[in-house]
Amino acid sequence: MQESQHFRNRAATAFLLIAGAILLLSLRYVYLQVVSHDEFSTRSISNRVRIVPVAPNRGLIYDRRGRPVAENLPAYRLELVPEKVEDLQSTILALSSIIDLPVDAVEKFQKNRIRHRVFDSVPLKFNLSEAEVARFAVDRHKFAGVEVVPYLARHYPFGELLTHVLGYVGRLDKEDLLRVDAGNYRGTTHIGKSGIERYYEDRLHGASGIEKIETNAQGRVLSVLERQDPAHGDDLILSLDVQIQQAAWDALGDRAGAVVAMDPNNGSILAMLSKPSFDANLFVHGISAENYSEILNAPNRPLFNRALLGGYEPGSTLKPFVGLAGLELEVITPDKQVFSSGNYYMPGGSRPYRDWKKGGHGWVEIHGALEQSVNTYFYQLAYEIGIDAMHDYLAQFGFGDRTGLDLLGENRGVLPSRQWKRGQYGLPWYPGETVIAGIGQGFNVVTPVQLATALSALVNGGSRFSPRLLFASKRLGDEQAQRTVAPLVQQIPVRDPANWAIVQEGMRRVVHGEQGTARAIKPDSGFQIAGKSGTAQVVAQEEGTDHQSSETAMHLRHHALFIAYAPFSRPGIVVAAVVEHGGGGSRQAAPVARAVIDAWLNQELQP
Amino acid sequence: MKRFFPGWIKWPQLDYPLLLSLLLLIGFGLLVLYSASGQDISMVYRQGTRLAVGLVAMLVLSQVPPHILRLWTPYLYALGLVLLLATWFFGVGRSTSRWLDLGPFRFQPSEIMKLAVPMMVAWYLHPRRLPPDLLSTLTSFAILLAPALLIARQPDLGTALLVAVSGCFTLFLAGLQWRLMLGAAGLAAAATPALWYLMHEYQRNRVRTFLDPESDPLGSGWNIIQSKIAVGSGGVIGKGWLNGTQSNLEFIPERHTDFILAVLSEEFGLLGVVFVFALYLFIAGRGLYIASMARSTHARLLAGSLSLTFFVYVLVNGGMVSGMLPVVGVPLPLISYGGTSIVTLLAGFGILMSIYAHRNFIR
Repeated sequence: MQESQHFRNRAATAFLLIAGAILLLSLRYVYLQVVSHDEFSTRSISNRVRIVPVAPNRGLIYDRRGRPVAENLPAYRLELVPEKVEDLQSTILALSSIIDLPVDAVEKFQKNRIRHRVFDSVPLKFNLSEAEVARFAVDRHKFAGVEVVPYLARHYPFGELLTHVLGYVGRLDKEDLLRVDAGNYRGTTHIGKSGIERYYEDRLHGASGIEKIETNAQGRVLSVLERQDPAHGDDLILSLDVQIQQAAWDALGDRAGAVVAMDPNNGSILAMLSKPSFDANLFVHGISAENYSEILNAPNRPLFNRALLGGYEPGSTLKPFVGLAGLELEVITPDKQVFSSGNYYMPGGSRPYRDWKKGGHGWVEIHGALEQSVNTYFYQLAYEIGIDAMHDYLAQFGFGDRTGLDLLGENRGVLPSRQWKRGQYGLPWYPGETVIAGIGQGFNVVTPVQLATALSALVNGGSRFSPRLLFASKRLGDEQAQRTVAPLVQQIPVRDPANWAIVQEGMRRVVHGEQGTARAIKPDSGFQIAGKSGTAQVVAQEEGTDHQSSETAMHLRHHALFIAYAPFSRPGIVVAAVVEHGGGGSRQAAPVARAVIDAWLNQELQP
Repeated sequence: MKRFFPGWIKWPQLDYPLLLSLLLLIGFGLLVLYSASGQDISMVYRQGTRLAVGLVAMLVLSQVPPHILRLWTPYLYALGLVLLLATWFFGVGRSTSRWLDLGPFRFQPSEIMKLAVPMMVAWYLHPRRLPPDLLSTLTSFAILLAPALLIARQPDLGTALLVAVSGCFTLFLAGLQWRLMLGAAGLAAAATPALWYLMHEYQRNRVRTFLDPESDPLGSGWNIIQSKIAVGSGGVIGKGWLNGTQSNLEFIPERHTDFILAVLSEEFGLLGVVFVFALYLFIAGRGLYIASMARSTHARLLAGSLSLTFFVYVLVNGGMVSGMLPVVGVPLPLISYGGTSIVTLLAGFGILMSIYAHRNFIR
């Protein structure tokens, strides 16, 4: 009995001990559930509720007739929340057995992963095929933290035709974030990298929305608790006409070159292309290294936008402007005649400056000088105007300066002057350089878009616009699109409208005159086109050689230029065409301009 | 009534307070399990089946007189040791070898030891003079340490400690002198650094995580943090049955097994926690009461140590879920989903009931 009493003491002690222990443990629960309740409540909510950005739909782009040229197509991408994935390496390995994962996609993912916020998803692959989506759906349970997400992928239905205008969107990277409001791009994966897509990025992108979602521990979205819709980006309507663009494309064939067509009345661009081109769609989903090096190493540099960046010697296409300068500055009169003997000598000079026609053109006044492109006339005229006066007059047409159109990266070109040469080379100006500047050679460099802009001002009575590709933009919900107006950069003073008419008449004769250099493109219908051909030297012409002939090696051949406008009486379109290594301007580039004008006319005649 | 039964079948004499509190706990546990399983009723059925098996085992054992149990004790203990040795060679299981595959079902021999060790120590001590002298104390330690070390090797440190502790309780109830106890405790404390070196890396990580869970919130600290969030966000009255977001959205790991108390705390709040703690304390207290009523030394020691061991499970699991103790694989008794432990626990209560039923016999 004494032993049993001893046991009872021990049992009672044990009971007190365990009762004390459970009391202590209960106090721990009181601490968690009462004292720290608010803190843990908050953490419980933030555990399951996440605020995620919702990317806005990118604005669509149409041509002037409402044809979609950049659209959004439904697609699927593969996303991953690195924090939710147990073993990243093996998960990617496992994914690559059901989804085609190129090495560069994985590299890009690893790079993007670093800049991402914790628990934000990082895209791994865009534009999954239907088979890939289906295969993933089957195995989805094996991949915690991996999701297939629907999105809208940019697509350019016209492929390479519009690439140099539209540009393309590509994966958003660190550099891109520096030029945009990063907060507004948290949900965005693609951004305009070049062309219209880049220039109008802020309008196309729209405003990001917010979604409050409930997720489980694996990060799967269970429900949307609250949503603030994103604001759709603006739709853009370009002044570009795909039909005219296509005509220019076809007319260039497989030659390298550029075409810019503009409405001279308002500065809106009707066509603009550079050939060769490439398919912008390749860049949207991240171009493979293989495809990229193919484009990079292709002959004639498809990535190079000749319409904007291509610097060409204007050659004789500058003559109408030089002629107008002579008339307006009263250096010459309309009936002034100059004798072309085939060789021109500066007063007191001994070096001959050639005419393109052996033996010369005889006596010519301004009309004939333009019609037949008589070099001697313009050698003499330039000599008489002087380089600085010529520079100042031609500068009004925008030569030597950016046109300021709505694309980035334009080439300035060169409009030489004494000051320019001193600044550039530290050398004095030689009179001979003035003479050849009169026929657009020497230091002169122009871009196709500059030529079109300058010609517009020449035919519309001196209004120089900064050209515009954007015709109008439409905000979501707006009934009416907002019209864009090309800014008038300069109103060139007109001393005598007759002077302008004389130059225009000279250009008409280039096509319609009996000796017009481009009379081959004269329409049979009686429709009147005015133009001027030009030849840009690739290598300086030497005695006895002719770089226009087809026997000359291709890369040594001159570039063919042609500027034109129509209809002559009431101009509605201005065209500048360049065919690289085409040889003579009238033979190679004029038919391209004619094809563009025909296409424009076809469009105008349609209701 | 007796007319319908042959004389040798006695109407079971059960301890109804103990039985009722056990049934209350089991019923509440199934309710919590339904929520913790993500409302998977088939899981509740499976758990119900195990509980039924356990209850049958309890009823059967309650009818076996304690002295018969005492006779079985050495054989049960020996069988347990053999099976533990077998896991060494034929064990299966993820990364550890705790299980024996016996064809139709898998079986954890360490569970036997939870009963066999206190039984064996009680068996060894009962004919001896109590309080135990140094020799019996050391022999008792040898009895409890042999299986504990085998289990620790598996490795299953949590169960090993519990098995050892259950043997210690027997010694304590046998009246081990306080100074010997303090000496042993001091020895254990001194051995702790040695234990660190014996631990597997994953076990060390568990201890590290326990000491600073926020150091790796998405990795090893995840369990403790999510569990604490579940408990804390439950508040006083809880989020309501089936409404626990931590549980339903799978933030709580092992939510239907080792961490089921976190689900309970989240959905039923402090009130629910105090309710089950009180039930557990009542059950253990009732067990100690039964022990005190027993007439034989063996029955006293066995009933007392089974009750205390049962309660230690609650303390360890409750401490683990609330972040007071490291994460060790100890289930919440009778509530956590899982096979062997439920059957062993209920079998233990069967022994208690047998001791209660035979309290008036002196053998």
